Amino acid sequence: MKYAYYPGCAAKGAAPELHQATMKVVQKLGIEIKELMAFNCCGAGVITEADPDLAYTLNARTLATAEKDHLDIMTVCGTCQGVLGGINKKLQGDDALRARINVALKESTGLEYHGTVEVKHLQWILVKDFGIDALKTFISHPLTDLSIAPFYGCYILRPSSTSRFDDWENPVSLEKLIQAIGAHPVPYDGRTKCCGFPVFLEKEKIALSMVGERIGEAKEKGGDAMVTPCPLCHMSLDIYQERAEKNRQREKGFTEKLDMPILHLPQLLGLAMGFTPDELGMKRHLSPTGSFIDKIESQN
Amino acid sequence: MRVKLTVQKFDPEQDVKPHNRDYFVEAGRETTVLAALMKIKAEIDGTLTFRASCRAAICGSCPMQINGSQKLACRTSIFEELEHHQKISVGPMANMPVIKDMVVQMDPFWEKIRAVTPYVISSDDGERPIPTEALKTIQTDLENADACIMCGACLSACNSFEASDQFLGPAALAKAIRFQVDPRDEQHDTRLNALQESNGIWDCVRCVSCVQVCPKDVQPMEQIVRLRRRSIEKGLTDSVGARHITKFVKIVGEEGRLNEARLPIMMTWGSLKKMLRIIPLGIKMLLHGKAPITPHKVPDVHEIQAIFKRKQESKR
Ligand code: SF4
Ligand code: SF4
Ligand code: FES
Repeated sequence: MKYAYYPGCAAKGAAPELHQATMKVVQKLGIEIKELMAFNCCGAGVITEADPDLAYTLNARTLATAEKDHLDIMTVCGTCQGVLGGINKKLQGDDALRARINVALKESTGLEYHGTVEVKHLQWILVKDFGIDALKTFISHPLTDLSIAPFYGCYILRPSSTSRFDDWENPVSLEKLIQAIGAHPVPYDGRTKCCGFPVFLEKEKIALSMVGERIGEAKEKGGDAMVTPCPLCHMSLDIYQERAEKNRQREKGFTEKLDMPILHLPQLLGLAMGFTPDELGMKRHLSPTGSFIDKIESQN
Repeated sequence: MRVKLTVQKFDPEQDVKPHNRDYFVEAGRETTVLAALMKIKAEIDGTLTFRASCRAAICGSCPMQINGSQKLACRTSIFEELEHHQKISVGPMANMPVIKDMVVQMDPFWEKIRAVTPYVISSDDGERPIPTEALKTIQTDLENADACIMCGACLSACNSFEASDQFLGPAALAKAIRFQVDPRDEQHDTRLNALQESNGIWDCVRCVSCVQVCPKDVQPMEQIVRLRRRSIEKGLTDSVGARHITKFVKIVGEEGRLNEARLPIMMTWGSLKKMLRIIPLGIKMLLHGKAPITPHKVPDVHEIQAIFKRKQESKR
C-alpha cells in the first residue's frame, strides 16, 4: 500500500499539526508514502473561479507527477480532495479536455497526464483500502465513553457527481472511524454543512454564525470534541471559535461557552494509537483541548 | 410491497410543534413519493397537506425534504429511496416558514427573484427588428440557467441563506445571469454592479448544496461563479470577495502555493477596519506556530510559474 502524498498548502502552512499527525499515523499503520515535495496549490476552487483551465493545468501537474511513479494520491484535506479529485474525474472522463490541458501542461512543464491516477483522502484510504478491521488492531488506547461529532464539511462530499465515496446525504465513513477507536459518533444535522471558511474575510458575520451553529449543535447533542478531515474547516472551527462564541452570546442570547476541542482526523486516530497530544501537535490549536485531554488520560 | 412513510405533520393553528406520523401504503417499482402521499391523502388521512400539480417535474410545486434533502416528490422513487436509506422520511423544505405539513411560505423565494429584476430592460418599444443573429448564441451562453422551474429547493438547501436570510440566494442569482447574456437587455453593467452589494454574489460560501439538490441541473453555484468571473473581467475588483480571487491567483502564481499569511493582508489592504479584525488573530496564530510568515519554498516553482505565464500570454 503506497501513495503519493499531497499535503496541500494548509498542512504545510497554517495547520502544520495536520502534517505532523498524518506522518505519525501513516508510519504506525505501515502505509507507505512518497511525499510530493514540489507540489503546487490545488487552487481551493478559488483559482477555478478565476480561470478553470488554469486550475485544471495546475492540478494536472500534480496528477502527472504521481502518475510518473505509478502511484495513487493520498490527500489529507477535504478541500484538496474535492478540487484535485474533482478535476481528476473531469480529466479522466473527457478526452478532449485532457488533450487541451495537456498542451498547456506540456509546454510549461514537459509533463503529460494520461488519466490513470486515483485521488483518495486519508479518510477513504483507511475505510476502504486499509480497512476498519485492520485499523482496529492498532488501537491501543480506545476512547471509550467519549462522544465525537464528525464534521465532514462540503468538498469531501459535494458535488457527488465527482465525489462518490460517501453518500452525501448520509455519509458514514467518519462515523465508522470514530467507532473503530471505541468512541461514540454524535448524530447531528450540521455535520455535512459549511464551516464558513470561504467568506471569513468578506462576511465575517455569516461565517461566525455558521461556526457558532455547527459547534453549538455538536455540543448540544453531547459532543466532547469534533473531528474533521479538512484543515480549512479546522481553521474555522478552531481559530474563530472564541469570536463565534461571543457572536452567539450577543446575537442569540446563549450564555454557555462553546469550549469545543477541534481535532484533525489523524490527531483523533493518533490519540487512540497512543501518541501524546504533543506528538500530534495539539498545542497549536487555539481553542481549548485541556479538558478533553484530561478525559482521555483519565481513561488510560 | 407495503412501505412505511414517516411524515412530519404540523398545523400551526392546532399544534405547538411538528410531530411525525407513520403511514403504510402499497407501493410498486414505479411509485413516486408524491403518488404515495396522494394515496395517503385519499385513503388514510384527508388532512395531509402538500402542493403538487404537474406530477412530471415541470411545475416546481412539490419540493420537500425526503430523507434529509430537498427533492421533488413527483420525481423521487420510493424504491430508490428505500434502497438508499432503508427508510422514507418526508417533511417540509428547511429554512422556510411552514404553513401546514409540507406546504411552506414561498414569499422569501419570490422576493429574491423579484429583487434581480427578472425581465429584459430595453428602450425598444417593439419597433426594432428582433436581433436574431445575436440571440442565436444565448442558448449556449445560458449554460442551462434558464432550465429553472422555480421550485425553491436550492434556496432551502442554501447554507448561506440559512445563516443570513437577506442573501439573494442561488435561484435568483442564477436568474441574474440570464440578463447578463441577453443581448436585448440594456442594463448589463448596472445589474452586475448591484450584485456586488452585500447579500449579492460574494455572500455565497460555495457549499455546493444548491448544485446538489437542483432537480433541473441549473448548477446555481456555477452560475454565481460565472457572475464573479464576469465581475472581475469587467473591472469590478475592489470588493474583498473579488480580491480573494485575484490575490489568491497572484500569490500562487508567484510562490506556487497559497501563503496564508499574505492572502488576508492583500485582501484587506486599504480597509483599516478589516485589517484591525485580522491582526489580533494573526498574532494568536503566530504564537501558536500557525502563521506561516516565511514563504513556502517549492522546488521546481519555475514550472508552476510557467503555467501561469503561459496562461497570461494566451489571454493577451
Ligand atoms: S453554493 Fe452558494 S448559493 Fe449554492 S447553496 Fe451554497 S451558499 Fe447557497
Ligand atoms: S435553480 Fe433548481 S433548485 Fe433552484 S429553484 Fe430553480 S429548479 Fe429549483
Ligand atoms: S408536481 Fe410539478 S414538479 Fe412535482
